Amino acid sequence: MAENVLRLEDVTMQFGGVVAVNNLSLEVNRGEIVALIGPNGAGKTTAFNCITGIYDPTNGQISFNEKTIVANHPRGKMRKLYAGENAKKYVAARTVDPTPDQVTKLGIARTFQNIRLWKSMTVFDNVLTAKHMRAKQNVFSATLRITYSEEKRMREETIALLEEQNLLQYANDLAVSLPYGLQRRLEIARALATDPKLLLLDEPAAGMNPQETQELGEFIVQIKEKYGLTVFMIEHHMDLVMQFSDRIYVIDFGRLISQGTPAVVQADPKVINAYLGVSE
Amino acid sequence: MKKKSKAELWLAFGAIALIYIAVAILEKTVNANSIIFTVLKKGAIYSLVVVSMNLLNGFTGLFSLGQAGFMLIGAYTYAIFTMPTEIKLTESVYKYYEAAVKFDTGIFIGLICAGLMAALFAALIGLPVLRLKSDYLAIATIGFAEIIRAIFQWDVLGPITNGANVMREYLDLTDVTIPFTKIPFPPTLFVFVASGVCIALIVLLINSSYGRAFKAIRDDEVAAEAMGINLFKHKEMSFVISSFFAGISGALLAMYQYTVQAAQFKSAMTYEILLIVVIGGIGSISGSCIASFLYIAASEWWLRGLDMGKFLGIESATVFRSGFRRFVFSIIIMLIVLFFSRGLMGDREISFAGLIKRFNKHAKPAKAAKGGGIDG
Amino acid sequence: MLDFFHANLSYILSGISVGGQYALIAIGYTMVYGILRLINFAHGDVFMCAGLMMVYLSASLPMTASIPLVLVLTVLLGFIIERAAYKPLRSAPRMSVMISAIGVSYLLQNAALYFTGGLAKVYPTIPWLSQTVKIWGSTTKMVTLVTPVLTIILVVLLSLLIKYTKVGMAMRAVSKDFETSRLMGIRINTVISATFVIGSFLAAVGSMLYFTNYASVTPISGSMPGLKCFVAAVFGGIGSIPGAVIGAFIIGIAENIIKGGSSIFGFGGSGWTTFSDAFTFALLIIILVVKPTGLFGEKATDKA
Repeated sequence: MAENVLRLEDVTMQFGGVVAVNNLSLEVNRGEIVALIGPNGAGKTTAFNCITGIYDPTNGQISFNEKTIVANHPRGKMRKLYAGENAKKYVAARTVDPTPDQVTKLGIARTFQNIRLWKSMTVFDNVLTAKHMRAKQNVFSATLRITYSEEKRMREETIALLEEQNLLQYANDLAVSLPYGLQRRLEIARALATDPKLLLLDEPAAGMNPQETQELGEFIVQIKEKYGLTVFMIEHHMDLVMQFSDRIYVIDFGRLISQGTPAVVQADPKVINAYLGVSE
Repeated sequence: MKKKSKAELWLAFGAIALIYIAVAILEKTVNANSIIFTVLKKGAIYSLVVVSMNLLNGFTGLFSLGQAGFMLIGAYTYAIFTMPTEIKLTESVYKYYEAAVKFDTGIFIGLICAGLMAALFAALIGLPVLRLKSDYLAIATIGFAEIIRAIFQWDVLGPITNGANVMREYLDLTDVTIPFTKIPFPPTLFVFVASGVCIALIVLLINSSYGRAFKAIRDDEVAAEAMGINLFKHKEMSFVISSFFAGISGALLAMYQYTVQAAQFKSAMTYEILLIVVIGGIGSISGSCIASFLYIAASEWWLRGLDMGKFLGIESATVFRSGFRRFVFSIIIMLIVLFFSRGLMGDREISFAGLIKRFNKHAKPAKAAKGGGIDG
Repeated sequence: MLDFFHANLSYILSGISVGGQYALIAIGYTMVYGILRLINFAHGDVFMCAGLMMVYLSASLPMTASIPLVLVLTVLLGFIIERAAYKPLRSAPRMSVMISAIGVSYLLQNAALYFTGGLAKVYPTIPWLSQTVKIWGSTTKMVTLVTPVLTIILVVLLSLLIKYTKVGMAMRAVSKDFETSRLMGIRINTVISATFVIGSFLAAVGSMLYFTNYASVTPISGSMPGLKCFVAAVFGGIGSIPGAVIGAFIIGIAENIIKGGSSIFGFGGSGWTTFSDAFTFALLIIILVVKPTGLFGEKATDKA
């Protein structure tokens, strides 16, 4: 029985006259690896940003483990601009607009399309800092080292995370000195440090060659099993998507145009037209 | 992984202890009027406020220019609290007003209250101001510092602040005694101890989990937020803590000067502190301390001749007259800002390993960060 | 209502006058910020230097020579500051350039302090501007009437320049999108220099009007007006020239009404003067909290 982890209902994101995400509805269930694909500018990262609280969607509802974490409906100027069929459905609902740190605390972690590692910090510190959120301490106890046991625990967990990623040997190097592929791995390790249940990966394989991409796919499956995660990823590398995802959603111009298993999506003419290219 | 080896830590403690012992010895042996004590005292006070500013600007990335305002709050809170009640009730200080605050406290409580009052103001000011973008934050904090200065000079608040008049007769460095006794405590050593404890606390903070959170906010706040760090809460924390210590440094300044007046805490003072932060290296505590002492030594001592007609053996009363010192100083600062913008220490701290490497000619050059040889 | 006006005319007139002078300086701040996103802390001190230059030049030269010379030298000063202190740091983080601006401000003040020996200098009287004039029962100087008119003329000329000349169009492009403008072949250095030239020119004109009214020039004469003009620019919407002008007039008038506070509002005594300065900053805080982009500013853009 599929247990739902993430659900988007009629999510719309409008910036002035531009509708970046248009009535997007989708579901991700426990233990799945679901991919979100589509041409550049289709609205994929915008959808991610709505989930993680960077944007407040113009309309719609997002729930995590059946609990509403984002809910919005058009007000003021937006009401005039957005006249979608589903706009009225959420008017009665109360608004929920979390900040990104609140979303992360709930158990949703993400990586970024353009790697956002902390440039002045080492590899080790990049991961260690992500553990700050869940540490049982306050500024006084931390400064006076009263809760030093927490610090020790965080450091041990960081070592474990880096070891598992084969990044431990770079621990004391500056994060930005790593080669590109390893930086992406590091970002994933950092996201894992926040103890998430749902992992949002934004183009994790960008810039990788086929062999690295293959390794990444196997790695994602590995950590999914090990940490009991659910993975929702944006990707352009079709080999990664087709080989490793359980289901795929395809969007174009902000709208969902197809969904299903890899086999179904690959054969869908709409998808081929918009994105994969006409065969032969 | 990243922690210094135990040996390094012990060496560091040892070196710091030596410095304190040296100061104590100096106080016993050298004439109390020597310029060296001015430099040491003022240098220690400035070290504290420069480090507090570095915490906020250098480590958390918040371009705030309100430090002088918080020093002012600290200085006045200290002066008002420690002025003996008998003096408050007479007309010697509060000439034109009837003093409203009718109690007094000791030095230690005075200092703590100075910090707390500054922290309180910071907490309130931070609420609207910390949501602003960096340039606007700078302007808003300058604005608040000026408003605070105007408020402290307002004659309606005269019964508390003595309006635009000078505050005097409060407990100063000559009143410091060994706790619970009446034995006088060497003033320079006291300033060093007070500053030192505060700076030590800041160092502990920066090396803690919260310090890392601050640096994450500085480097990339979008990523910091995505990793669960509440931006507003941590920015407010940095702001309040920085202002707490700025308040204490203001109080120490009041103790050192024996009189305080709101008019001296202009924005120019904040700029001076910022420049010292830059000279020492944004993001380096030891840099801030070293730069503070160098700055004070240069401006109060070494470059004095530039104002007095004679410098480095050259005599010229027409060139070396009043104001030349500051003029030369500003040129030096411009040169540093333009050509040495990383400052003395960049964003690193002074370390024995680093010093040894410098002096050891046969040492291999520091290993460059790995990255080249991996095929990915 | 009319009686109120009449009784306090001198304050209102001073307000309009100083408002115009502030406007000329505020334009410099807003233009530089619009193009470089830099708060030119040194601008107020350039204004002060223009004042000092006039003091020294007019001691040996006739006014007909001093006035143009001051204009030229101030423009040169602004140009040199940009080339020497800001251009090298163009690719550095924003904080570095601001620190450099603070450093320049510090340098100008200390240079002035050194060369003048610290005593206030008396600004020379510019004939005709210093003439006393009677308006509706209030005595004031000609400069009070000339300022708003001159300000408006200059602002109109500036707007025409920005709208209809190539340089003006380039300025607008650069303030909208720095990188793209550069890629499209616009000579960034020329545009930036032009901005500083115009700003410094207006500051020089402003200094002549201002110091005719407040005839004492000290090394710190530029810092309060500079800060206030900056607030005016923020209030009006930093990057917007009409905004800066309107903001400056509002601040100038409000400042003078508050100075006259005890006679206008009937209570308070001498406390009002301290508050006329604090008022400007209170206004700043309010605008930053309520609408940071100012009266005419652009809407803040979303995070990417």
